[in-house]
Amino acid sequence: MPKAVMKRPHDESCSLLEIRKLRIEATSYSPGGAPQNTVIVDDVSLKLEKGRVLGLIGESGAGKSTIGLASMGYGRGGVRITGGEVLLNGRNILAGGVQGLRKVRGNKVCYVAQSAAAAFNPALRLMEQVIESALLHRVATRAEAERRAMALFKKLGLPNPETIGRRYPHQVSGGQLQRVMTAMALCSEPDLIVFDEPTTALDVTTQIDVLAAIKDAIRDTGVAALYITHDLAVVAQVSDEIMVLRHGKMVEHGETRQIIEAPRMDYTKALVSIRSIEHEEKKPTTKPLLSVRNIIAGYGGGAVKVLQDVSVDVRPGQTLAVVGESGSGKSTLARVITGLLPPLSGSITFAGRTLTPRLADRSRDDLRELQMIYQMADVAMNPRQTVGTIIGRPLEFYFGMRGCERNARVAELLEEIEMGKGFVDRYPAELSGGQKQRVCIARALAAKPKLIICDEVTSALDPLVADGILKLLLRLQKIEEVAYLFITHDLATVKAIADSIAVMYRGKVVRYGPKTEVLTPPFDAYTDLLLSSAPEIELGWLENAIKGRRMESAGN
Amino acid sequence: MRLSAMSPIVRLITQRITLGILLLFLVSILIFAGTQILPGDVSQAILGQSATPEALANLRAELGLNDPAYIRYFRWLGGVLTGDLGIALTSRQEITATLLPRLWNTLFLAFCAATVAVPLAIILGLLAVRYRNGVIDKLISGFALTSTSLPEFFIGYLLVYFFAVKLQWLPGISTVYVGMPFLERMEAIALPATVLTLVVLAHMMRMTRAAILNVMQSAYIETAELKGLRQIEIIRRHAFPNAIAPVINVVMLNLAFLIVGVVVVEVIFVYPGMGQYLVDHVSKRDVPVVQAVGLIFAAVYIGLNIIADVAAIIANPRLRHPK
Repeated sequence: MPKAVMKRPHDESCSLLEIRKLRIEATSYSPGGAPQNTVIVDDVSLKLEKGRVLGLIGESGAGKSTIGLASMGYGRGGVRITGGEVLLNGRNILAGGVQGLRKVRGNKVCYVAQSAAAAFNPALRLMEQVIESALLHRVATRAEAERRAMALFKKLGLPNPETIGRRYPHQVSGGQLQRVMTAMALCSEPDLIVFDEPTTALDVTTQIDVLAAIKDAIRDTGVAALYITHDLAVVAQVSDEIMVLRHGKMVEHGETRQIIEAPRMDYTKALVSIRSIEHEEKKPTTKPLLSVRNIIAGYGGGAVKVLQDVSVDVRPGQTLAVVGESGSGKSTLARVITGLLPPLSGSITFAGRTLTPRLADRSRDDLRELQMIYQMADVAMNPRQTVGTIIGRPLEFYFGMRGCERNARVAELLEEIEMGKGFVDRYPAELSGGQKQRVCIARALAAKPKLIICDEVTSALDPLVADGILKLLLRLQKIEEVAYLFITHDLATVKAIADSIAVMYRGKVVRYGPKTEVLTPPFDAYTDLLLSSAPEIELGWLENAIKGRRMESAGN
Repeated sequence: MRLSAMSPIVRLITQRITLGILLLFLVSILIFAGTQILPGDVSQAILGQSATPEALANLRAELGLNDPAYIRYFRWLGGVLTGDLGIALTSRQEITATLLPRLWNTLFLAFCAATVAVPLAIILGLLAVRYRNGVIDKLISGFALTSTSLPEFFIGYLLVYFFAVKLQWLPGISTVYVGMPFLERMEAIALPATVLTLVVLAHMMRMTRAAILNVMQSAYIETAELKGLRQIEIIRRHAFPNAIAPVINVVMLNLAFLIVGVVVVEVIFVYPGMGQYLVDHVSKRDVPVVQAVGLIFAAVYIGLNIIADVAAIIANPRLRHPK
């Protein structure tokens, strides 16, 4: 590009970042077929003034990350920016070629990724990585950069700010790494930071601290930010304005208050009103279906005890929600109930029979009546089998169904999960995330179980899709009289589906009972922390939540 | 000290070395057993036409061939551990004395080939990643694959034809002797070292390329790109250190090949190394020599693989700096 354009003097009147009519396309190559062109982002324009925070929100595939990366002139994989302009301080960075882009990246614009654990080089010490771009762009000398990094570590509330830089990524927790990554973005004193779902991978109790740290850092340094997330409640806490995206197009753009209090478009209204499922809790029946008594379980022959004296009941046709942060032992409880991990002591009674501790010793009926659905629907299915084969397998295995009888039942099940016959011959790769989870639900139902263990089944899904799955599960519970043991870290999900709740913390059940009782104060310290940490779509929620806390979260 | 009381890295390294030694013992049994079941009889081979039944019986008794196999094995093993590899049947000379200068020659040739081949392969691998799927990548891969797919004797004779016969720059026969001046020695081994380099280059280069490309998919490479680093810096600083373990493994395998697999090259260039020594004595059915050379080759293979394992363990930051 001509040098004259690069050297154009800084124009004070223009915005820090202005994106004009951005169009982004990707080419995918399927084996055998012709290359296919997909438009990922179409005709998106935005303006961001100095020191302001713009939230980009939408479900997966909305193009929000792609737009965020486009502000650095970067396309992930085969993604290309095919139209429009990205003006940074009035200069079109797309016209500068690779050399020009390198001068912008890490210098004027920095990036904070979703999974800091994956975004740090495992072979280098944190400090080396934090100051790398400051040194590269000659923003500071090594000594200055290190001093600045330590100051940022301190500001972001990291423990031992003087020495944490000498650690390797694997020696630091996930919540801390996310803050180190924020420090890394701030270290070269950029004009703009792109936050790409920085708290999505964290526990809810950790998320609130990281969120507060990021918000303070943005305010104190005066940096502008694009904040990308699918969670409206999170973005409402940090943004000045919000842009709602869907299928690569802008739906609505406005001040944060307007978007959450007076949304104009239907799609935005749906996002705001999400999780409005009303679920009346059922009265506990006398005889439980599954009764877990005094379970102690652990790994390494009992060297690490993950469950300590856990007792819970699941009643027929009802839902017990097990809630807690990662490491609280909720998934281990599921492994013990299914027999994958024999407990050290304690007993499990199911439908009046005592279950043997080991999976291998269980009868076929025990296996059939206790099914499981997983978080990652796509890895829980054989990618080389069609939907019909996947759902038909339990019918053959448990009931010996063949031919027409089997096909008819498969069609019936597909109907029940609201998918219809057209999907019988499809492969998992041809389904969306929500459809995959529905197929997994149908596979579990095919066995005519009395209890289904649902392990974070909606965590990997977009909010609207997750809502659909929850509604489906509730409807199926009414029809099939099946009970759920529902493992989740998300309190909104719990409120939507549970009849009773067990709150787990470090391998113990700290609170247990019918839903309304568990969710009614007075709370114990941990339940209080958990409840107060779940973000709400409300201005100023973050500050109030931090102020009102009684205990520190464990992730720090 | 109990194993669990050590730091994980020391424990892993101790395990690898112990396993390596164990493996070496098993291999020694295998070599011994293998040479025992070879057809033919050494005394018959030595005496040839003049073999009378009495002469055969005398020679067998003298060589200790009438003892049970396990006694002969332990006698042999005890000798090996004290540096005595036995006596060659054909020449009646001590194997250790004959073998040591030849081992040194082989190691010298391997070392010269390695000092060129290993850095060259890694640099070519890095360049191939930098210009991946482009012309430079294809040229590098094409050259390396061609040189590997040609048999080494063919490359050897090709080089001899051009550089020794036509251009007469270098000798076609690599005669070396004790006390030879360094530069003359280098000149003598230039051609065999080149052949060896060409043979092992492609494997290491392709592996380096594949290992780095694998790492290039990681999220932290994207982080580095978004910091504004240049491609070659990203590869050198962020990709290569994380691809080091597989690269070390394949380098060590090829180093072992340089020492153990030189038989053909040594024969072509009449180079007085281990390979030629082995081939000579296999045809003469000189069992103690074959055993000794076999054991040394096995020790080289196992030793280099232990080094590769240990280096890979040390290269892993998670093991070097536990939580």
